[in-house]
Amino acid sequence: MDGEELTEEETALYDRQIRVWGVDAQKRLSKAHILVRGLNGTAVEFCKNMVLAGIGSLTLMDDRSVTEDVLQSNFLIPPDEAYYSGRSLDELCCESLKDFNPMVRVSVEKGDLSQFDGEFFDKFDAVVLSCCSLKTKKAINEKCRRRPRRVAFYAIECRDSCGEIFVDLQKYTYIQVMSSYVAPCLDYILDCYKHGCLDTSDASKKSDGTAECQLNYPSLEEAISIAWRDLPRKVSKVYFAMRVIERFELSEGRNPGETSISDLPLILKMRKELCDAQSLGESYIPTSLLERILAAGGKEHPPVCAILGGVLGQEVIKAISGKGDPLKNFFYFDTADGKGIIEDMSNSSTS
Amino acid sequence: MASGSQLEAIKRAKVLMVGAGGIGCELLKTLALSGFRDIYIIDMDTIEVSNLNRQFLFRQSHVGQSKAKVARDAVLKFRPHINITPCHANIKDPEFDVEFFKKFNVVLNGLDNLDARRHVNRLCLAAEVPLVESGTTGFLGQVTVHVKGKTECYECQPKPTPKTYPVCTITSTPSKFVHCIVWAKDLLFAKLFGDKNQENDLNVRSSDGTNSTNHTEDVFERRTDEDPEQYACKIYDHVFGYNIEVALTNEETWKSRNKPRPLYVRDVLPDNLIQQNGSLENSVTEESVVSSMSSLGLKNPQDIWSLSENSKIFLEALRLFIERRQKDIGNLTFDKDDQLAVEFVTAAANIRASSFGIPLHSLFEAKGIAGNIVHAVATTNAIIAGLIVIEAIKILQGDFENLRMTYCLEHPSRKMLLMPVQPFEANKSCYVCSETPLLLEINTRTSKLRDFVEKIVKNKLGMHSPLIMHGSTLIFEAGDGLEEDVVANYALILDKALAELPAPVTSGTVLTVEDLHQEFSCNINIKHREEFDEEKEPDGMVLAGWIAPTQKDARIVSNGESTSAAHPAVTEMVEKSDDVEIAREKPGTKRKLSEMSEMIDHVHDIKPCSSHDVGDQVHPQEVEDNDDDDDIVILDENPETRKKKRLQ
Repeated sequence: MDGEELTEEETALYDRQIRVWGVDAQKRLSKAHILVRGLNGTAVEFCKNMVLAGIGSLTLMDDRSVTEDVLQSNFLIPPDEAYYSGRSLDELCCESLKDFNPMVRVSVEKGDLSQFDGEFFDKFDAVVLSCCSLKTKKAINEKCRRRPRRVAFYAIECRDSCGEIFVDLQKYTYIQVMSSYVAPCLDYILDCYKHGCLDTSDASKKSDGTAECQLNYPSLEEAISIAWRDLPRKVSKVYFAMRVIERFELSEGRNPGETSISDLPLILKMRKELCDAQSLGESYIPTSLLERILAAGGKEHPPVCAILGGVLGQEVIKAISGKGDPLKNFFYFDTADGKGIIEDMSNSSTS
Repeated sequence: MASGSQLEAIKRAKVLMVGAGGIGCELLKTLALSGFRDIYIIDMDTIEVSNLNRQFLFRQSHVGQSKAKVARDAVLKFRPHINITPCHANIKDPEFDVEFFKKFNVVLNGLDNLDARRHVNRLCLAAEVPLVESGTTGFLGQVTVHVKGKTECYECQPKPTPKTYPVCTITSTPSKFVHCIVWAKDLLFAKLFGDKNQENDLNVRSSDGTNSTNHTEDVFERRTDEDPEQYACKIYDHVFGYNIEVALTNEETWKSRNKPRPLYVRDVLPDNLIQQNGSLENSVTEESVVSSMSSLGLKNPQDIWSLSENSKIFLEALRLFIERRQKDIGNLTFDKDDQLAVEFVTAAANIRASSFGIPLHSLFEAKGIAGNIVHAVATTNAIIAGLIVIEAIKILQGDFENLRMTYCLEHPSRKMLLMPVQPFEANKSCYVCSETPLLLEINTRTSKLRDFVEKIVKNKLGMHSPLIMHGSTLIFEAGDGLEEDVVANYALILDKALAELPAPVTSGTVLTVEDLHQEFSCNINIKHREEFDEEKEPDGMVLAGWIAPTQKDARIVSNGESTSAAHPAVTEMVEKSDDVEIAREKPGTKRKLSEMSEMIDHVHDIKPCSSHDVGDQVHPQEVEDNDDDDDIVILDENPETRKKKRLQ
């Protein structure tokens, strides 16, 4: 990639990460614009990672005021009422995030994102939603998909000890490294790196054998409409649990996370309906998992926020830099088994 | 999940965090958010600019301050009422003894070097405090748990110590760029700017050493009235021209190798460079950082300079050292944050590479190699810190059954980016947590006690204040608090060969080596051997000990159950760097046998790296499809024992 060189200041600050993804990726990052709607703990972790990585700009949207639940997983806001009262979450986070990296522009956008027209999204390379209803997610996902230039879409949801990331990169082309350098042999990579023969520059990678790869992502609507019996086998149980909860919140007109353990009877009814309609054994969505999610309500487990925010951060960096295999199209983490799993749920994968 | 009992355990816990760097910052934040209230944090480092891209508790204005202290202040802003005790100190200091460790419920490591990791491991074993160990490099990372009596200790698997190169490869027959870097940094730079009394092999390559040595002493010594530019040209011609010519006279050496090309300033820079430098001199006088790049107008550290550019940098950097940093000369050691030193070493390595037909590298790359810089990003550290806290909470709840080691991968394996593995059992022949003796093959007639202490006791065994016993006779001890005359006596003994010690060490001798601070001791059986292969055994001695484990189960966990047998990872890579760095060959990859053995070859063979692009891309999904992913457990990288079993 041609264009301006990084400044001396940037080279010094980003030295360690340029050694990971190269100068071109760093230049692309510095020109990227990201929108984050909904600032729960997981989204805040993601924002921190993006500001540190040195993106061009970050726009925040969340006009809620500060509550106990918000403070519980947010490291950007001092728990001092005199400081935060009367101010919205996005303003408070913005102030704090600016401080992390003076080279990144952090700002706040007011208004109801689902009412914004499509052109608004043209300003962004990636849009990240959290604590949004399914309806809002679908609507914004569609708007992003209709833009002439790709706007990467991500939705992230953390319910206490488990969480979900959805990715829609539409038609995505990227450079895949073909050498066995990508074989997951840590020692080999480290050894090469340490001994100076692992070359991170673009030129060498290309000559090393790279291929252009294309992926087709379904929209959120398409992805979650796939009949459950058509899904790959052994899909994470969290996927189904999230669909049940999501459907419940939608039908009850609740905001995401506005649930409690007292909703269990209704949730179990919802599970039965969905499972019957989809010919899936009810036992595949364990009651204990649903209980866990319900009881958490809007609470997040901070280690899970860090993990989801970290994985999402890496994905957005990959998408912006066009380097590395991107995640397609769901990611799950659950502390119960400790696995971080990628699920590909698109029609093509099931045919 | 965050049940009442869990919260109680978290609130009551006393946690020791070792390291407030890349992982440490993320860890301290996540601990505080998770409800931990009593955290003791130790870090000996101060903040640098290159930390700020990921150590998010630090700002530009904190550069130079203690990491532990600044991290504490930053976290107290969002959790003002918790108790964080910062300590700007080395974890290896004697004040952090076993009694100190016993005060904690769990120890969490976010360290950057093998030495400190081993030290903490030993203290945790002695104090019987569970340890959560971690490391990251780039997008890769891992978290492991070590609980005495329940899992392996950190040292149950052999850890390779940093790579050393045979002297002759560095001095005479470099074949890779890293050899040129080592030459430029450890020999040339040290010779010109380091301690004059240090032994230096810069000229060990000629058949008639004496003549060459006399000659070179004159060359490297700058006469007080000698013009710096002329001196620089003289050094250039000597090390890149004359020395190569001398080396070429050893015809044996070049029978199967490409001959190097001698380089002289007059050939490389036919235009008179000296005048050019003179005219630029004024432009650099008031800069804060002395840099030959800026005085020559080279800006981009990513560019690969030509031979003539490297030569100009070399001469200019040498001149600048003499004119601007005279007071440093004689006591410099290479520092990756010393711009002029990095420029000098880059240029010198490139000129030498050019002479030997090795591809040249940019300053950015050369700096990474010379400084052993491991790449690091915030995201991986955040993920690893989250995983550490999850394991720490299990330990505090006494939930040892569900402890997991977790690997963070760059490319998914069996759909997993984060792969949990059941901890390994202790290695019964581990010399640290069991009492298995080690075997040392050494030439007892020629090897000095000093070699044994430095190469084996300190480097290989990681002891700092060792005590060496031959039966009940004390042979040697080191550490603080010794009487002067005792120290003097030991200094004399250090230069004696093992067989000539007052209590002679010969074949069959059993030595006991002990570190009282670490509360760790082990026995070493000595076996005499005459000859060592300089290429393969550059230490001139071979320590063998713990046999690679053969009967251990490595497990991938599925739905709380698991099975399958395989070898745990054998190789582990250790790096010293800003943040971390341990990454073990990731287990659980399902691969065809042919691929497996290929991978293993790569692990042990570092030679063909740059040309190593033949392997076909293997898509994780394509590796081997299996319906019962969740129930199948596999491992590992030893193809012979790779097995899989089905649950149910």
